[in-house]
This record gives sequence, C-alpha cells and structure tokens, in this order.
Amino acid sequence: MTDVNRTIAEQAEEFDTIAPPELDQSQIGSARQGDGIQTPSQTVGPFFGYALPYEKGWELVPGHHPQAIRFHGTVYDGDGAVVPDAIIEIWQADSEGVLSTQLGSLEPDGYTFTGFGRTSVNLAGHFSFTTVKPGAVAAGAAPYILVTIFARGLTHHLFTRAYFPPASDAESAAHEGDRVLPAVPTERRATLISVADGPASYRFDIRMQGVGETVFLDFDD
Amino acid sequence: MTTLPSQDEITAEIVDVEADARAKVEAGGSPELHPRRDYAPYRSSVLRHPTHELVRVDPEEIERFSPAFGHTDVNPLESDLTIAHSAEPIGERITVSGHVVDGDGRPVRNQLIEMWQANSAGRYVHKRDQHPAPLDPNFTGVGRAITGENGEYSFQTIKPGPYPWRNHINAWRPAHIHFSLFGNAFTQRLITQMYFPADPLFALDPIYQSIADPAARQRLIGQYDHNLSVPEFSLGYRWDIVLTGPKSTWMESEEAHD
Ligand SMILES: [Fe+3]
Repeated sequence: MTDVNRTIAEQAEEFDTIAPPELDQSQIGSARQGDGIQTPSQTVGPFFGYALPYEKGWELVPGHHPQAIRFHGTVYDGDGAVVPDAIIEIWQADSEGVLSTQLGSLEPDGYTFTGFGRTSVNLAGHFSFTTVKPGAVAAGAAPYILVTIFARGLTHHLFTRAYFPPASDAESAAHEGDRVLPAVPTERRATLISVADGPASYRFDIRMQGVGETVFLDFDD
Repeated sequence: MTTLPSQDEITAEIVDVEADARAKVEAGGSPELHPRRDYAPYRSSVLRHPTHELVRVDPEEIERFSPAFGHTDVNPLESDLTIAHSAEPIGERITVSGHVVDGDGRPVRNQLIEMWQANSAGRYVHKRDQHPAPLDPNFTGVGRAITGENGEYSFQTIKPGPYPWRNHINAWRPAHIHFSLFGNAFTQRLITQMYFPADPLFALDPIYQSIADPAARQRLIGQYDHNLSVPEFSLGYRWDIVLTGPKSTWMESEEAHD
C-alpha cells in the first residue's frame, strides 16, 4: 500500500498538498456556514491549563451551602494509570430540578446557581466539584449530572452521565424508568452511577478504556 | 523508556488510515467528519479511547439546554490578545474573525467562545511546556468573547509559531489556535483547532490528520481574507465554525421567540 521508499515530501505531495479549498471571496462566510457540515473536533492538547480553568470553576455552590455535596472522582486510562491532564465539565439542574438560565458561570458570585462547572484534574488524576445533588427535572425522572471529559489523547471529548445511588424505592423505580440506564448492559450500568463515599460526598470515577470502562454517550442530533 | 518512532513510521500509518477511510467512502460509507478516537499515529490516543461503542441517546431536557454566558462573564477587551500587557507582543499581528452557526446555518448568538495559543516562537505560557523557545512577557495567549447577534466573533492576536512535541522523532505541530465553543445545547459543545493556509507540516501531523477525510480536515484551515486585513496593522483570517444540531425542541422554542 505505502511505498516506504518514497520520501516524506513525496507522500506529502500526494496527500496534503491540499491547498485549502479555493473559495470565491464572496462565498466565504456563506457557503461554509450554510452547508451544515460540522467543524471537526480536535484534542484539547496538554497546554490548556492557563486558559480554560477559571477561579472557582469547581465551586457551583459554596462549601457552606446547606445542600452542598462533593462530586469527585479520578480519571484512569486503559492501563489503569491516572490521567493527570484531563479537564472536566459538568452541567446540571439545581436541587429542585430546575435548569438555570443565569449568566455568570465564569465569575461565580457565591449566590447564583448557574449549573455549570469546569475543573482540571490534579497530578493524581483527581477532580472535585462542590455542588448540589440535582433534583428530578420531571416527576419520577432519575436525576443526573452531565459530565464532559477533555484530555490530551482524546481526539473528541467524551460525554457521560453521573446518576446517584437510589436511596428509596421511588428512586430505584426512577432508575428502572430511565431512558438510558435500562438500555445499558447490566454489567456496565454501575459505571454511570456515582458511589456515596461519605456524608454528602459522591465519587464518580471515569475509566476511559479497558476493565470497567465508563459508558460514554453519543447524542442524536 | 521506549524509543520514539520515526516520522516515516508515523507518516506510513497516517497514509494507511487515510486509505482505509477512502476505501470505506468508495464502498458507499459516509466521509468521516470527526477524527478517529482510536488513531494510533497520535500515540496518546492509544490508551485513551473507549473500546465500547458509544451508547446513542436521545437528548433529554438537560442536554438540550446549554449554560448561558454573557457580557457579565467576559470583558470585551478579552478578545484582543495584544493589549493584555504593558507593551506589544512580538510577532505577526493577525485578526481572526468568523461566524458560529448550527447545522442549519443559524447563528449561535450570545454564546461563549474561548481560544488559546502559543506565542510567535511556539511557546505556551504553561508550566509543563518545556520547549526552549522564549516566553514573551507581553503575550499570554488567551482570548474570550461572546458571539454577536449573527454568531460573529473576532480576535486580535499574533500568529502562533509551530512547536515540537514528543509523539515521534522530530514531531512538530503546525501553527494553530485552540478554540472552545458552546452552542445552544450542551450536546453542541466543541473543542477544536484552527490552522493557517499552506502549512508544510500538515501531512506530517497526526493530530491534524486524525480527521481521515481530506475535505473534512481542511475545514479547520482559516482562509486568508484580504478584506479582513487592517491597513498597516494586521493580516486577516476568516474561519467559520459549524456546530451540531439543532435539536428539535430547541427549534420549537426558537420559533416561539421570533
Ligand atoms: Fe497546541
């Protein structure tokens, strides 16, 4: 298939001389916008640390909030090694199940609940948010936190959901009635459910690959 | 310590994946719009891609909404990376402008767009970047903006330099700017990179080439746009960004607004 005797330059010529497509100036900004074809994803790379995290990005509510919980976990790769350079985002309803439309996520004022958080993992691959346990968005629905993972080596981010361990028959029924949990093979379902690991603390480890690989989601457009 | 592969080994792998993708298209498959998650030429992906199929899910209410950002989050001055310090940064001054739209071409308005980049010497202000190129005391390389009514954005910055990395021997990243975008739904989230026209490193770079379809990856190249160049000040590049979507419920609420 590949003639290894060709120089890199020759291979390059075949593959990507590829000047960017010649576009009529009048087309720029319209043809590309209108064709509906998505812009491809690229890895976040290793050097986002001075750019994406922001002050108190991990603190959706202050620690002294009466309903504050710790939502935390460790990110592992396919060898079971910790991933020290991931960045995690969460998006969730408030404790009443209401979605926030409040501005101000990047400048948390310690009062407004915006439902969005972002934090890098530390060198031990660990992340931690201070937030509230989301309420059900509809009667009988199972609450969850939407989690997005970006990292060097991830060419495209990963989406998953962190549900909570059922603490009552009603909550168990909510899990059974959920649209996603029952559709996931039983042996993998636990990867979507956080573990109560202390008073007001829930652990949600993320395994990118291999044994216990987290269930990752792809949303239909 | 394992020895790093040569560029020729990496290039041969890149060529094979592209041939595989082309064969699939010729057999009637659709072109690969996004990078492969398991893309061995980019060595960091090997242990970091899921091996199970992603579980396809109908977005529910949370996924159909997005965190809201606004002018309380971002100072308008944050879109000019050349004025963050006491003096001008070193480098070729550029203007990068474009529109953010959804899959139907409708503007993604009033949403957050973030970007970050190396300086003109190819060095990041990041403690783990050990590339022995100079830091520029007048350049941090972080910009933010809120998209306008037509989804438009514009950044003033300097052209980033290429930089070496340790994927293989003599690995160099083509010059690029990282972009992070939010849409009207959380499912539209996108992090990507913009490149510059005619970079000789394109064919050699396993991150750019992780998008196996040639037409798809060219969408990451900003176009030189002379009309955007500011006389005696900066060279202009235009780069439009298309997110996924829209989701049906969002369309309904959008129409209800109009
Ligand atoms: Fe980079």
